[in-house]
Amino acid sequence: MNPLIPLFVVIPLASAFLIMIIGRFFEEFNKYFTSLVLFFLACISFYFLFITGENIFVYKVGGWEPVNNVPIGIYMVMDGFTVIVICIINLIGFLSAFYSISYIKRYTAGNYFYALFCLMIGGMNGVVLSGDLFNIFVFLEISVISSYALVAFGVESNELEASFKYQILGGLASFLILFGIGFIYWKTKTLNIADIKEAFSNGYDKTSYMFIQIMILSGFGLKAAIIPFHAWLPDAHSSAPSPISAMLSGIFIKAVGIYVIIRLFFNMFDISSGMAVLITSLGTLSMVIGVFLAIGQWDIKRLLAYHSISQMGYVVMSTGIGMILISRGTKPEIASLAIAGGIFHLINHAAFKGLLFLNAGAIEYTIGTRDLKEMGGLSKSMPLTSSTSFIASMSISGVPPFNGFFSKLIIIIAAVMAKFYLLAAMAVIVSIITLASFLKFQRYAFFNKSEPVKYKNIKEVPFPMGFSMVVLSIICVLLSLLVIPEIRDAILTPAINILVDPQKYSSSILVQ
Amino acid sequence: MKGMTLIVKKTTQLIAGMIFMYGIYVIVHGHLTPGGGFAGGVVIAGSLILITLSNGGDFLKLLKEESGTTIVESLATIMVIVIAASGFLFGTKIFFNNFLPKGIVGHLLSAGVLPLYNIFVGTEVAASIFIIFLSLIIFKEESEK
Amino acid sequence: MIAYIMCFILFLVGLYGVITRRNLIKIAVSLSIMEISTFLFFALVGYIDGGVAPIVDPAHPAKVYVDPLPQALVLTAIVIGLATTAMLMAVIIRLYRKYGTFDIREIRNLRG
Repeated sequence: MNPLIPLFVVIPLASAFLIMIIGRFFEEFNKYFTSLVLFFLACISFYFLFITGENIFVYKVGGWEPVNNVPIGIYMVMDGFTVIVICIINLIGFLSAFYSISYIKRYTAGNYFYALFCLMIGGMNGVVLSGDLFNIFVFLEISVISSYALVAFGVESNELEASFKYQILGGLASFLILFGIGFIYWKTKTLNIADIKEAFSNGYDKTSYMFIQIMILSGFGLKAAIIPFHAWLPDAHSSAPSPISAMLSGIFIKAVGIYVIIRLFFNMFDISSGMAVLITSLGTLSMVIGVFLAIGQWDIKRLLAYHSISQMGYVVMSTGIGMILISRGTKPEIASLAIAGGIFHLINHAAFKGLLFLNAGAIEYTIGTRDLKEMGGLSKSMPLTSSTSFIASMSISGVPPFNGFFSKLIIIIAAVMAKFYLLAAMAVIVSIITLASFLKFQRYAFFNKSEPVKYKNIKEVPFPMGFSMVVLSIICVLLSLLVIPEIRDAILTPAINILVDPQKYSSSILVQ
Repeated sequence: MKGMTLIVKKTTQLIAGMIFMYGIYVIVHGHLTPGGGFAGGVVIAGSLILITLSNGGDFLKLLKEESGTTIVESLATIMVIVIAASGFLFGTKIFFNNFLPKGIVGHLLSAGVLPLYNIFVGTEVAASIFIIFLSLIIFKEESEK
Repeated sequence: MIAYIMCFILFLVGLYGVITRRNLIKIAVSLSIMEISTFLFFALVGYIDGGVAPIVDPAHPAKVYVDPLPQALVLTAIVIGLATTAMLMAVIIRLYRKYGTFDIREIRNLRG
């Protein structure tokens, strides 16, 4: 019972309400306090990254011990897969909060911004750390309602319309998730994830099982913006303030969407081949449709939002390939390779998509427009933004030696080894079209020869914004070191072992 | 916003006190009868909204009320987290532990920390719903000036 | 059995409202009705035949109590539904100031 585990949830919630009180009297307090709190949380998460190897830490809230081997309390679970996502959440949260120290001067209600930011981080930490189904729902609602308010923060007509669409579809998703949880409670009379796996292993009714799986997939698929549930994403991610866009596209759709789908489908449900084929085809459709919708965009943030759909399609497709191989029961090492590629691409996407959105925010801060046709020649007057944007564009397109190349290579090799040649060919084609789209972005924004007259007096961005962008670009280069076998065995292999082995999660938790 | 006529003002002054006492009864007996923090908080907020609607108030007075209520709400939430964390410091090292002595079943002063949780959660819910109501009215007043 | 059919009818009424109504406030109220159908389903799941309300009275002990866990879950979910509806109403009021209409067909700035 490691006493540091509940701190991930309690500290952001307490600091959100402290900011509301003290921020009324001291103006500068809330900016630096948020960055300090998030830096402290990032340090604790890296400490957990070093000490969690193959162990699973369980924290029973309230001290309620199991009665007759039936768990009756709320459990918080930290294992190999959780600790990777916690590190991403807190690190990119800290960098976005530091970036917004100078970005927040455009808005007047800075107090509310930082309180909602802390609530969103606390909610996401709670979703990732919980071992109980209804706890996931409560923390999901905390973070999602904060993100509704943050998307509509600058109250112009575009932002309000985007927030309205996001709220209606998000409300529908919450309804589907709650209904699925109600069904599971009806069939198994328990809400603990490890205990539900035990209850389902005694036999179940096949029709209602598939109904539950489709409800959960639809509900969390709406949060993760897989095709055909993607309609809210381009409006919401392009109308939000830039540090919030970086958080939404970089961590939010992963922590409350893709993480929960992977956790529930590998550790709670038995995988049937029908569901695995469905998930793989949804991932492939997202990959292809996302990139074709992104080519014709001239607004930089809408272009980046459509590319988010396409890259999430890569992650879902490769976990789907792993699920198909596990459900057939053959070749577990190729399944491990496919899931490893998916999780590695998830980490990489958080880094370079966050960096791309921070760059778009820097361009908007200095010039004031988001249309690609009105920009040009920024590489001379903004060298820091231009070079970090070049690194991020080369990463997302899969150019060696940056990190996108290695993760896409692992996914394509796994698809070829499992004899899915069509999926591998489509992955390569989508990668080439992504490269074309980002070359267009780089050329129109930075390397245009004829410099328009109105952009003569532009300076570089202030220090907090530049610091965040430089640190993220260094992380982009360093993440390609995860391919080296020693570092990969320390970080990625424990996560894959928890997911691939059907009995390890539930049997390790129920004996503690 | 304008207030209402004299008859409405006097009637609500009589009734709002009784609704407030009923809300406090629902909160404090949360471990014995159905109700507890949430339901009692909503009832208290109902009585506060009734008084504001019948008396009216101009723009600056509503702004002062809103800033005071925000401080009450934030303080109540921090007290809930402090009580949860104090299970960590006194007694065993676990959050949300029930560490005060539990009395006899059915009496008012029993069940450890539960009455304290109910009181603070009730205060916070009442303050939140009152702030929602005040914000909507302030927005309408501000855009009509 | 009749109660489960009532849940389903409430859900269909809410879904019809979200899809076909044009007024913004009617869409918000229909979303709220859809969530209420889930609360009714949760409360029905915990029913045991012949049980009484789950409050322990030392003077009159009963044999069978109804399951109290879904009732606690519904209480939490009602408060979450309240927060969602309040957030939606705040955005709708500001939308009315910006666009001047409650009709959802007029609010189409973001396309493509």
